[in-house]
This record gives sequence, C-alpha cells and structure tokens, in this order.
Amino acid sequence: MSDVTAEGGHGAVPTGPQVPVEDQPAVSRRDWPLYEVFVRGKRGLNHVHVGSLHAPDDEMAVHAARDLYTRRNEGVSIWVVRAADITASSPDEKDPMFAPSGDKVYRHPTFYEIPENVPHM
Amino acid sequence: MGHEETVYEALDSAHGGEGQWAFGTGFDEPLAGVDTTVPDGIDPADLGAYCLMLGDDALVLAQRLTQWVTAAPELEEEVAVANIALDLLGQARLLLARAGSVGVLGRSRDTATASIPDEDALAYFRDADEFRCTGLVAAPNGDFGQTMVRLLAAATTRLAVFARLRDSRDPVLAAIAAKGVAELTYHRDHAARWVLRLGDGTPESHRRAQAGADAVWPLLADAFTATDVEQRLVGAGVAADPAGTREEVVGVLTQVLDRATLRVPAWPADAPPRGRLGLHGAELAVLLAELQGLAREHPAATW
Repeated sequence: MSDVTAEGGHGAVPTGPQVPVEDQPAVSRRDWPLYEVFVRGKRGLNHVHVGSLHAPDDEMAVHAARDLYTRRNEGVSIWVVRAADITASSPDEKDPMFAPSGDKVYRHPTFYEIPENVPHM
Repeated sequence: MGHEETVYEALDSAHGGEGQWAFGTGFDEPLAGVDTTVPDGIDPADLGAYCLMLGDDALVLAQRLTQWVTAAPELEEEVAVANIALDLLGQARLLLARAGSVGVLGRSRDTATASIPDEDALAYFRDADEFRCTGLVAAPNGDFGQTMVRLLAAATTRLAVFARLRDSRDPVLAAIAAKGVAELTYHRDHAARWVLRLGDGTPESHRRAQAGADAVWPLLADAFTATDVEQRLVGAGVAADPAGTREEVVGVLTQVLDRATLRVPAWPADAPPRGRLGLHGAELAVLLAELQGLAREHPAATW
C-alpha cells in the first residue's frame, strides 16, 4: 500500500494507482499546485492550519484562501505555502522521533501553579 | 476561554454561543436603528430613484455572478465569485430598503403582500421596465474572461461613485457607501488579477480576454452620463456625478489592460442614459424571470 498517494489537507483525496478514480478532464485541476493554508484568528494567537486549496500562483492562493477560509470573519492574517515545499517527518520514524520524550515528565511544566488571570496557557 | 479555542468557537461566541453562525431567512430589518429622516432640501422621490439605480446595479450584477455557481472553472473561483455576489446582494438590500424607506416602491406593492419587506418587494415584484440598472451589469456573462472584464469595469465605476458618496448629504447613503468601498475595492482587485493573468497568459486566454474587453467596452457608453434625477441630486450634495468619475475609471481600466498586454478598445461616444431610465434589452427580462420566479410563485415563503 506504500505507493498509494493522496492529496488534500489531510490526505483526504486518494489519487494512487490502487484507488479507482474517474477519468480526469482534459485540463486537470491538478495543473494548479496544492497550497496549505494557515490562518491567525486574532492578534496574539498563532497561525493555525485550516485546510488546503489549489491555485495558479502564490498571490491567487492568498486570495482564494481569503474567500475559502476567512469569509465568516475567522482571521486577521493568512499564510499559504506550497504543499510541495513542506518538509515533514515520516510516519516510519515515529518511534525514534517522538517516543524518547514520552517518559520525561520533567519536561512538562505541570509542577507550576498557573495564576487564574494568565490566558492562553 | 481555554487554549483550545478555535476560530470557529470564537465566532460562535460572538454570535451568542448557540452553535450557529450561519443563517437562513429571518434577518433583522436592514435599516433597523438607523435614522431614515431625509435631510432638508432633498427630494425624497429623487433620493429613492437614485437608490434604485445603485441598488439595481448591485442586484442584477449579483444575479449574473450567481449564474457561475456550479459552473465556475475551479471550485476556489466559484466561492470567490459567490462571495462577490453576496457582497453586492448586501449592498442591494440596503439601497432598496433605503428607497422603500422614502416611499419609492414603484408598482411593486400592486402584487407584493404587506408582509413582504420593502426591499424584497422591490427586488421580486417589479418588472424589467421599472429596473434602473445600466446595460453594463445587465449584459449576459459571456465566457469567464468576459465575465472578469465586465466585473472589472463594473467594480471600477461603482467604486469611483461609492468613494464620492461617502460625503453624501444623505447620511444613510453615506454609510452604505462607506461600507461598500472596502467590498468594491476587493471586487476590483479580484477581477484585475484575473484580467492580468488571462490577458498575459496563454494565446487562447489572451484571445478570450481581448474578445471580452471588446464586448464590454461599448457597454460603457452611458456610464458617464447623468440622468435628470442624478443632476438634481448632485446639486443637492446627495449624488456623485458620473461625469466626474471618468478620469479615474478610464485611468484604472487603461492601466490594467495595458499591464495585461490587452489592447484598450476604442472608448464609445457618450450616449444618453438608457438602463437608468428603464430601457433594457430582452436579456434583463430573462434574468429577472429566474431571479423572481420563486418569490412570485410562493410569496413570503421562508425556509
């Protein structure tokens, strides 16, 4: 199954050889690169991944993101990045990457009392 | 407010925290809480007629753009076009409500029942000869290239008018214009981006964008000609003189087409107003039949 491929923000659209897909139209939307979209909800918060879209170029990607992901007043700032430009950790490396931190509770700031009036903690 | 708060939760709490921030029918009155008194020295009939002109432009262009929904070249673009149409529909709603607030309802009340709000009566229960939109917005879409050239021309002319209307002596009109300027700036920007990319794209996209410009330019013939109503309201400090927007509109459109490597078509000679006086081609009646059919079949329907 390793050569099953997918696109979409969460690998939602299977495109690989084992998956039956309808014939693509002559001009495929996959001519347009895939972008991942990050929106910052308000000042002080981080940009958060909200989804993905196809666009012909970087500027139009920001533009489309505005229409697709902030049309209900969700954001104050948008980042887009080509999905192809993201370097991600591999699922095969999950154990060497993340398991070593599992038993090191002293790395968590759980031994401090957080004052009531400190937001976003 | 915990750290797990999402933008959607924030939006929900801003709308009362009932898990709903999208709405169907049952909107508030569009001009609720607004003082709709007409300032001294302004003829309410003229003011209402002018609001119909601006409102009908928005309503009809919104309907044209809506015709792309389910047929746009890309899903992303479909949402963008629908958003622009919704902005325009919002402008139409406020402007038609303003016309209704000063008693300008045409023959709409002959058929619209009392429970139908003024703006809906004006949108759904007037016939084509009572509409005051220009030929620029009433013309059929053509292909996507022509649609974007028309949107560019329509947004540019409307933005030039709205920017001036922010200083209108009618405070309601001034407030509607102030809100609309940000929307129209975005519409113009969106259309300009596409005209640049299509004009300076492939030979086929260039050919289509050029054909679109050639089809749209003649529709600007009466864009800079004021009706008698507009002239009186310009004198009263209420309306924007379309003739005064010419330099800005010509400048913007020329700049975009030049950068898009498109030939700027010959500017049409100034013509007397047509659409603003209710003189329309058959295409408007077809558009209105689609727009109004449901409301006339099921008056005061809700969902």
